[in-house]
Amino acid sequence: MGFEEAKGVKIVTRNFGVPDSHKLGTYRERGGGAAFKKALGMAPAAILDEVKKSNLRGRGGAGFPTGMKWSFVPKEARTVYLVVNADESEPGTCKDRELLAFDPHLLIEGMAIASYAIRCQHAYIYIRGEMMREAKIVQAAIDEAYEGGFLGVDHAVAGGGTFRFDITLHRGAGAYICGEETALLNSLEGKRGWPRLKPPFPAVKGLFQQATVVNNVETLMNVPAIIDKGGDWFNKLGIGKSGGTRIVCVSGHVAKPGVYELPMGISFKDLIYDVCGGIPGGRKFKGLIPGGTSMPPLDASEIEVPIEFDALTSDARIKDVEVKPGVPFDLGGGRRLKTMAGSGGVVVFDDSTDVVALCARIMRFYAHESCGQCTPCREGTGWLARVCSRLAAGDGHPGDVDLLGNVANGIAGNTICALGEAAAWPMMGFLTKFRADFEAKLRKVA
Amino acid sequence: MALEFSAQAKQRIERLLTQYPTKQAALLPVLHLAQDEFGYLPDEALHLVAETLQLPPAHVFGVITFYTMFHREKSGRNELMVCTNVSCMLRGGYEVLHHIEKRLGIKAGESTPDGAFHLVEEECLAACANAPMMICGDRYYLDLTPQKVDTILEDLRKRWKERAQQAPVGQGSPSATSPGVGPQRKF
Repeated sequence: MGFEEAKGVKIVTRNFGVPDSHKLGTYRERGGGAAFKKALGMAPAAILDEVKKSNLRGRGGAGFPTGMKWSFVPKEARTVYLVVNADESEPGTCKDRELLAFDPHLLIEGMAIASYAIRCQHAYIYIRGEMMREAKIVQAAIDEAYEGGFLGVDHAVAGGGTFRFDITLHRGAGAYICGEETALLNSLEGKRGWPRLKPPFPAVKGLFQQATVVNNVETLMNVPAIIDKGGDWFNKLGIGKSGGTRIVCVSGHVAKPGVYELPMGISFKDLIYDVCGGIPGGRKFKGLIPGGTSMPPLDASEIEVPIEFDALTSDARIKDVEVKPGVPFDLGGGRRLKTMAGSGGVVVFDDSTDVVALCARIMRFYAHESCGQCTPCREGTGWLARVCSRLAAGDGHPGDVDLLGNVANGIAGNTICALGEAAAWPMMGFLTKFRADFEAKLRKVA
Repeated sequence: MALEFSAQAKQRIERLLTQYPTKQAALLPVLHLAQDEFGYLPDEALHLVAETLQLPPAHVFGVITFYTMFHREKSGRNELMVCTNVSCMLRGGYEVLHHIEKRLGIKAGESTPDGAFHLVEEECLAACANAPMMICGDRYYLDLTPQKVDTILEDLRKRWKERAQQAPVGQGSPSATSPGVGPQRKF
C-alpha cells in the first residue's frame, strides 16, 4: 500500500521555503483557498464523510480518527467551538512551530472547513506562550484574513444560507500541561491549567461548557488537501488505518536533524540512515524515542518498524514494556504496552549517551510539569526524578531500579489525565530496554 | 501607588473582552498585557487586573503562580530561555547554559545586577532540530555554540543599553500580538 505513492508527496509542508509563504497573497497564488470554496459547495455531512474516508488521525499524540471526533458533536448543540491546540511542548517535537511560521493561512483554511463541517462560528487558536514570534506571524495572518474578506463575513453555502466565522488567537503562559485538551480548555477560560475529569468529553461539554472539538495544528492543515483531492486519495497515501503523510521531527545524534514530511510506511531505520544521514562521528546507534519523551523508547533491534500509529502499538518486533523483568505492564484487560507514534518527535541517541542521565532529565521534566491535582502523579513524578537523578550521579541505593518500576506502575492508570502515563510509560520502557545501564549505576558496596 | 493601565492598554482590553463570552477568559491575555506594561506582576498589578476583570484577587494569584511566564518579581529585561531538555541536552545544551552562567556571573533563575539579563533553564522550546537553542523575546537563537553565545550576549547588551537611554527600563516593551482587525463577535 501507500508507501511508493506517498514518496515525495508534500501536503502540509508544500509551502516550506517559499519566500513570504506566510502571506495571504503568496498562499492564494499557490492555490490556497480553493478547498474552502469547494467545501462551501458541499453539505457539512459530505465534508465529514470525506474526512472519515481519508483516515486522517490526530497528529497531536493520540492518533484519534479526526472524522470520528468531529462526528461526536451533538446534532442539537447550539454553540460549537473549534479549538486549535498549538501548545506544542512535548520534548523532541518541533513541527507545529514550523508549520505555524511557514503556512499560517493553511491552518486558517483548515479551520474554516472544519468549522463549517461542525457548525462552529468562533474558533480559538491556543498557542504556546513562549512562541512569541509565531504568535505575531499567526496574528498577522488572521488580520490579513479579516482584511481579505475571508473571516468575519458571510459566505454563501450549498442549499442556501450563509456561513461566517471568527478566529481569536490566545496565548498560553508557560505550562506543558495545557497541551492536554481539557487543561487547555480551562486555561482558555482564564483558569489554572488543570485537566478535567472525562466524561463529559469536550465534544459534549468543552469550552464554556459548550460542544467543542480540539484539534492539533498539523491535523487541521491536512483538511484542505482532503477536500481538494478527496478522502480516498489521502487514505491511499497512508498504510493500514492511517491516511496521509506524517511529519517527523528528528533530533539528537543524527547527521541531518530536521522536520520531514514522509510516507507513513517508512521505517525508523530508513528514517535515520537514509533521510537523516546516519549517526555522526563513527559512533553506533543505541536507541530512540519514537514520538516525544512521553513514549517508551526503542532499542537497536526494534527500528525496522514503520513510523505509523498502529505499527508502534502492536508490531510483534517491539518488546512489551515491563514493570520488572518477566512482568509485563498491564494496560487494562491484559493489553500490553509497546509504544506509540505520539507527536512525531523522534530523538535519536548513540552509544556514547548516558541513558540514565537522559532518563533522569526526562523525569525531571515531568516532575516540573505535573499540575499537582492527583497524588500519584504529583508525588510519583518527584520520586522518579529524584531516584533517577541519584542513579545518574552514581549514587543509586540497592533496590532503586526495582523501585523506579514500582513507582511508575503506581502512577499509570491512576490519574485524571495522561501526564501520569507520560512519565510512567517511558520510565518503564527505559528500564525494559536498558536495564543494565541502570544497574551499572548502583552504588558500589565495598 | 496604585497602578493604572495606559490608554492604549485600556483600548486593547476593551477589544479583548469582545472576543470571549466571559470576562474571566480574558485573564491570560490581560496578564500578558499587564506584564508588558509594568515589567512584572507585583500585588498592585494583580489587584488592577482583578478589578478590571471583576475577578477575586485570589483567583488571579492562583493563575499567575501556575504559569511560568508570569513574574511576581522584577527581573532582567532580556529573558534568556535556554533549553536543556533531551534534544538540546544530547547536543550540548548544558554546555551552553553553563557558559552563559559563567559569562554573566549568575545562575539559572537569577538576573544580572544591572537588570540587562534574566537567565532561565527552560523545558523544550520546540526547535529540537536546531539544538541546542535559546529564545530571547521573539527571537530564536539556533544551533548554538559557546562562541555564538558570546556574540549574542554582546549584541543584546548593546541594544539594551541603547534602549535604556531612550526609555525608562522595564516599561512598555512591544507586545506579542496586535489587537486584531476586522469585526469581532459580540456575545
